[in-house]
Amino acid sequence: MSQQLMQHFEAPANDNVPELRPGDQVKVHIKIVEGDRERVQVFPGTVIRQRGGGNDATFTVRRIASHGIGVERTFLRKSPRLEKVEVTRHSHIRRARLFFLRGRTGKRARLAEKRR
Amino acid sequence: MKGILGKKVGMTQLYDDKGNVVPVTVIEAGPCYVTQIRTIEHDGYSGIQLGFDEVKAKRLTKPEAGHLGLLKATEKKKRRQFATKVPPLRRLREFRTSQVDGYALGDMVRVDVFQPGDHVDVIGKTKGRGFAGVIKRHHFGGGPATHGQSDRQRAPGSVGSTTTPGRTLKGLRMAGRMGNARVTSQNLEVVRVDVENNLLAVKGSVPGPKGAFVVVKEARKQ
Repeated sequence: MSQQLMQHFEAPANDNVPELRPGDQVKVHIKIVEGDRERVQVFPGTVIRQRGGGNDATFTVRRIASHGIGVERTFLRKSPRLEKVEVTRHSHIRRARLFFLRGRTGKRARLAEKRR
Repeated sequence: MKGILGKKVGMTQLYDDKGNVVPVTVIEAGPCYVTQIRTIEHDGYSGIQLGFDEVKAKRLTKPEAGHLGLLKATEKKKRRQFATKVPPLRRLREFRTSQVDGYALGDMVRVDVFQPGDHVDVIGKTKGRGFAGVIKRHHFGGGPATHGQSDRQRAPGSVGSTTTPGRTLKGLRMAGRMGNARVTSQNLEVVRVDVENNLLAVKGSVPGPKGAFVVVKEARKQ
């Protein structure tokens, strides 16, 4: 019963976020507020995790920044700050969470492409 | 004095107009009914008694039902007259207020007494934790894990001095019953009000498990 009541406060889905799969190569465009200015930052990378439902749903994107430093960022799926999420490529993967990528660098950190 | 009775539904998070995430507790608040009006002339103080939580009529005792005006009049006792009829209610609570004019028995009180941006105190009963040790109950640090220690990891340590004073001081924090106590969460911001579904979202946490009875009042310290 309490779950049903909770649904009345469900945030509207953010239409800018398409359906994502772990392993997808994405470009996340997110609004950043600096003081009173607002600008859009792009965070490219691989979706390595999706979790949660309702208002709490998130996905995590991993990218390799300069000097080979791995950077992971978790986004709220329904956040109104997400301007756009582009999916550029799907990967052939066999698990839901791609944490094994953290231990890999260079060519070993690649995922095979899957065309859909 | 604004106030309403409700049940804790659970916690979730909402987005504000800037896109920030706000942690909220959802409370199913009301509808409540005015079940008694206290006046200075009659009771020595003034206030409003609200009733909440509709139940089957047979769940109430005769005195409770009589108080809600649900029993037929007998030779000895008159029926309590309500301006509008009230369903059988399980919970009754009084709110002290000096303004009792404009209320009639049976009036409905709904969540729209609160607006987003208001600050409220929420009173509830915390989850019972049973006989809890000092680490859980008083946030003690516990003992060392290494250097040959045994049976000391969650121990309270020394509880006193030596011959002087020769006793353990009163009020020393020790293990004991924890929780199942009345607690007030003060100054919580009202984030959203849903009159249609009788729901209230307040920022932050509220004492008690899901489904617990809570009292929501205008904040005392604003």
